[in-house]
Amino acid sequence: MATLSKQKIGSVLAKQGILIAFAVFIVAFTLANNKFLTVDNVFSVVPASAKQGVMALGVTFVVISGNLDLSVGSMMSFSTIVVLDLHDKIGPFLAIPAMFAMTLCLGAFIGILVGYLRLNSLIVTLGMLSAIHGLTLTYSGGQNMDIADKEGTWFSVFGQGTALGIPVPILIFALLAAVLGLMLSRTPFGRKVYAVGGNGTAATFSGIRRARTVFMCYILSAFCVATAGLIQASRSLGSQNTVGQGLELEVLAAVILGGASLMGGSGTIFKTVIGVLILGFIQNGLLLLGLQFYVQYVVTWVIIILAVWLDIAAKRGRLWSPIA
Amino acid sequence: MQPGALSKALKNGAIWGFIVLELIFFSVAGEFMSLSDTAFMDWENMLLLLKQSAPIGIIAMGMTIVMVNGNIDLSVGATFAIAAIILLDSMTWPFMAAMGDWAIPFAWLFALIVGTLLGALNGLLVWKTGVDAFIVTLGSMLGYRGIVFMFNGENPTSHLNWTLVDFAEAEFLGIATASWFLLAATGAMWFLMTKTVHGRNAYAIGDNREAAVNAGIRVGPHMMINFAIIGFLAALSAVVFYSESGSVNPNDGQLYELWVITAVVLGGTKITGGAGSVIGTFGGVIAIQLLRKGLGHIGADTSTVNLVIGLILIAVLFLDRQLNVKGKEALKV
Repeated sequence: MATLSKQKIGSVLAKQGILIAFAVFIVAFTLANNKFLTVDNVFSVVPASAKQGVMALGVTFVVISGNLDLSVGSMMSFSTIVVLDLHDKIGPFLAIPAMFAMTLCLGAFIGILVGYLRLNSLIVTLGMLSAIHGLTLTYSGGQNMDIADKEGTWFSVFGQGTALGIPVPILIFALLAAVLGLMLSRTPFGRKVYAVGGNGTAATFSGIRRARTVFMCYILSAFCVATAGLIQASRSLGSQNTVGQGLELEVLAAVILGGASLMGGSGTIFKTVIGVLILGFIQNGLLLLGLQFYVQYVVTWVIIILAVWLDIAAKRGRLWSPIA
Repeated sequence: MQPGALSKALKNGAIWGFIVLELIFFSVAGEFMSLSDTAFMDWENMLLLLKQSAPIGIIAMGMTIVMVNGNIDLSVGATFAIAAIILLDSMTWPFMAAMGDWAIPFAWLFALIVGTLLGALNGLLVWKTGVDAFIVTLGSMLGYRGIVFMFNGENPTSHLNWTLVDFAEAEFLGIATASWFLLAATGAMWFLMTKTVHGRNAYAIGDNREAAVNAGIRVGPHMMINFAIIGFLAALSAVVFYSESGSVNPNDGQLYELWVITAVVLGGTKITGGAGSVIGTFGGVIAIQLLRKGLGHIGADTSTVNLVIGLILIAVLFLDRQLNVKGKEALKV
């Protein structure tokens, strides 16, 4: 009996562990610093992590379908640079759709390689990380990109504006999370994504077009990256070529923290959002406590490994792995 | 000739064919496009190339056995930076400074021990928690980088010891110290992977872990040893490189994992484990360095190098797949 209830506690912890951790975390930081849970602070944290958050939404689809996307960081640099450059050349009205189209092309390229040609997604997106970085450098000629007239453009609304008293990046993140969350949990496409990631062969035999589903996941990921690039460009109105460098791993960390398995087939948009918020609040909370920025690296390390370990431990019913 | 022998020969020889192709291309293109007067295939130039490929190459030897295992290590860049800081910082500790030049072997030893321990920690986590190596080392890539920053904040750590610099810049039989270390690491790993039980177990585990367990191989400790090896080699790479440069930035070594993995995959090691060779990896390392140097020789900038390497990586993956197509896998999707 005792072991049974222990297992029950384990499975509850495993399912809701990330939420419990988030709650404990918020309470602890609020007690430690009374500035932590103020509207001002929350409104400053969430926009800062909005771009990682938006990218994490797309990567969630890719990871659930059983693949990886390591190219999102350099792809975001690309879209940021492109939209800033086109802003002065053809105006923001045309620049934004043009940038989205170019980023979606990159996503489609990866989607064809991983979906239709069935190449290993880790290597393909690793290659694309390097290739897109090269593309960005070629496009910008190695120069930083700046908007000429920073005061007079309405383009800054996506990153700096507020609507109904809420910063626009938060609204974009929330809206996208709601739409993609519904798409993943309530539509046939969402179920196909889970099926393909859970057991690709079985999905194929039950008539799901695996290649097309994977392809669509990469298109969605590219769309999210373009949106993140838009937010980034609009926040700073000028950018370096390397603005997204290393973000792919931060984003992946958030998705993993949310409990998505790298084997595919599990994970939800809601939990990814929690993962993003945890990483964002850790960053902010530790800074408010007066700690250096690099302490968050170490804390993130411990949290990621603990989160995934406890998740796995609860599933197999024992703490230590059975590896001999 | 057995069926499949041709495709096997093609696959094993592919990286060397690619290198020859690069040499010819850059030599010919260099005649027309290069601004410098020296030929690309100049002997001095080739020796320099070997030296420059040492930092990535030494780590890539460790990555080969880890990837043959079916694991991956993303934290090598951060381990590299920690080892570099230990090397340079330890020489300024009071008791070390009192030893004069005798501090050098101790500084090397400390750096190598720390690197080995960091690698072993990754291995221990993979073994004991059962968390995928990708996630464990993704985490420690962040965590180890955080530790790097704890030494000196965002400031560089510098210490120049001229005896050490002389040693690092020395040449023996015309080959630089760093190149000797690369060759030694390649030789040692080749021996380990082809001539020892440990090496054969590495392939067995990567090929079919269940079967390896049933055959009585202790998978956990085996993988931990391999992670310790890659940690040691990442530290060795740092020790060789920073003996010469004498200054390390906290961001040094970033993206090394990507270069290393690219070299190893170009060299024919399978990301899913079970196949790969140290000699192939050596070819991959040389091929990448040739590409970087060659593109520079004909006047292309870093952006082109990034673009070309990324696309070549994907092309190699595609070709590898085409050579491996099996009839039964031709499931229409």
